[in-house]
Amino acid sequence: MPESEVDASSPALAPDTLERLRELRSRYPVARSAVLPALWVVQDELGYLPPWAEEVVAEQLGLLPGDVAAVASFYSMYFNHQAGRHFVQVCLNVSCALRGADDLLAGLREWLQVDEEGASPDGAFTLEGTVECLGACGGGPMMQVDRYSYEDLNLDSAREVLERVRDGAGGGAGA
Amino acid sequence: MRGAEPVPDGLVLTRHQGAPGLTTLEGYRKVGGYQGLARALEMGPEAIVAEVKASGLRGRGGAAFPTGTKWGFLPQGVFPRYLAVNADESEPGCFKDRVLIEEYPHQLLEGVLIAAFALQASHAFIYIRGEYRKQRELLEEVVREAYRAKLVGKRILGSDFGCEVVVHGGAGAYICGEETALLDSLEGRRGQPRLKPPFPAVKGLYGQPTVVNNVETLSNLPYIVTEGGAAYAALGTEASPGTRLFCVSGHVARPGTFEVPMGRTTFRDLLQLAGGVWRGREFKAMQPGGGSMQVLGPQHLDVPLDFKAVADAGSSLGAGALVVMDETTCMVEVSRRLVDFYRHESCGKCVPCREGTYFESQLMHRLEEGRASAEELATLADICAGMDGRCFCPLGDTATWFVMSAYRMFKDEFDAHVGAGHCPVRARLGAAA
Ligand SMILES: Cc1cc2nc3c(=O)[nH]c(=O)nc-3n(C[C@H](O)[C@H](O)[C@H](O)COP(=O)(O)O)c2cc1C
Ligand code: SF4
Ligand code: FES
Repeated sequence: MPESEVDASSPALAPDTLERLRELRSRYPVARSAVLPALWVVQDELGYLPPWAEEVVAEQLGLLPGDVAAVASFYSMYFNHQAGRHFVQVCLNVSCALRGADDLLAGLREWLQVDEEGASPDGAFTLEGTVECLGACGGGPMMQVDRYSYEDLNLDSAREVLERVRDGAGGGAGA
Repeated sequence: MRGAEPVPDGLVLTRHQGAPGLTTLEGYRKVGGYQGLARALEMGPEAIVAEVKASGLRGRGGAAFPTGTKWGFLPQGVFPRYLAVNADESEPGCFKDRVLIEEYPHQLLEGVLIAAFALQASHAFIYIRGEYRKQRELLEEVVREAYRAKLVGKRILGSDFGCEVVVHGGAGAYICGEETALLDSLEGRRGQPRLKPPFPAVKGLYGQPTVVNNVETLSNLPYIVTEGGAAYAALGTEASPGTRLFCVSGHVARPGTFEVPMGRTTFRDLLQLAGGVWRGREFKAMQPGGGSMQVLGPQHLDVPLDFKAVADAGSSLGAGALVVMDETTCMVEVSRRLVDFYRHESCGKCVPCREGTYFESQLMHRLEEGRASAEELATLADICAGMDGRCFCPLGDTATWFVMSAYRMFKDEFDAHVGAGHCPVRARLGAAA
């Protein structure tokens, strides 16, 4: 929706985010190409992609909201609901599994006491195992926490990482 | 024309390893960075294509198509043209492009610019998988730095040539590594493969001539342009020229990436570079090439890293991985994991793959748990036979390759799972311990 129609009560993206969307659109020979980067910018701000935000992206890029929703739903890294504050994935593909990824995931599940959806009771983490290789096979078992990957883990070192992340001191040490 | 620092013989991609500040423009310039681009601009597009043909360089993304030949497919006089850099690296067991991005990002960018000039492309898009977020941010910074130094943008290094470079993040879909799915994704669509022909070189991004090349392929170009295609080719053998960065993982003492000459190196050499099989255990099997490729056994350890020799052994060098499995490994379990991966990553466009990977996965879970009957195992083989060669893109075909090759090589192990009620490999290990 155009900015003029946004009244104070309806949700809106931060002015910075809107500025980035405009900038992204001008980077490509065809505006539609900016869909994925635009969804990233929005998800970085909101933590997930609510339908109203997909509508803003559609408006910005001259697309139908359904177009944007269809694209967003194809890609596994766009979330349609708010997950834990930190998203943790343990790779369960072959190279990591050969080095103990199943045990790491089981240990973390127990330690974080996650429910069936993988959410920890304090809302700090969403934990899941994934069959998608995360490109750190030389450092298995590994986990990806938000933007960073942590490698050569055992249960102790993984717990330390997550404790740091929960205290807001994490991130930097990962690769 | 070499850089200021002496470089180890025989290395191309990692020849500047350990030089300080390589991720910055200043550090890269100190080792002779961007001299290849300057040289390329003097040579002109045709001479570069000739040098790349002479180098014998074959694509490092998996299909091993000769790079110079691919470039030659662009139709004359049709503009604009585009270069799409495939940094989607999602093949299980592969992490070499990540190393090339993290440690040598300017080398990649220089290669991208050389290719863009040779192809006369107006834009180069670096499509990087969503999980490589930190690496994406590093590349964005490197590109910004290069814009400021007039290495990217209009009138590069004062020449008439201009090219915009855009770093584009994917969002979690293995299929977007397939070149036509990558283009659809880059156009802002669901990443699903397109019918070929027309090939991207003729009708690619926005319907224009487009070359898709892998990160490692392009990272070789600065060397090829400065040292010459013949010098590059001579590092390997005639049939398999140059060097390659292999990713060794799994049951080895020191997993990692190793740049080795093609053709002259064997699987055993690679295994040794990675410290051998870990924990003093016996070697059981290996998967070269990445998750898509067929299993090989101990009898293949002395096969050289040569395209034909590995094909004769029944597998492929694919995207340059080597996953090593020791004597404790259950081949049914490994197969099940790979089948699950393909089921998860099937894009859903065609029936044999969408349905086939679903049934494959169900049957493999039952087999792993020792609940499948002999009939079901036969059905699994039928399903795979029905998929291989009948899918819309190679993803569906390759979803059958590891499991079927493992079934052939380790038939007893598969059969022993039938009706066992548990995994017999694990039970045996448990009894031995
Ligand atoms: C399912 C599938 C996934 C692929 N994934 C990648 C990938 O992640 N990176 C890559 O460079 N090539 C990948 N490829 C190969 C590309 O389609 C294409 O051949 C390659 O990018 C061409 O570059 P090259 O000639 O420099 O190797 C994939 C192919 C298929 C069928
Ligand atoms: S083979 Fe699989 S990935 Fe390829 S088009 Fe068909 S459904 Fe999609
Ligand atoms: S297999 Fe786990 S990161 Fe590749």
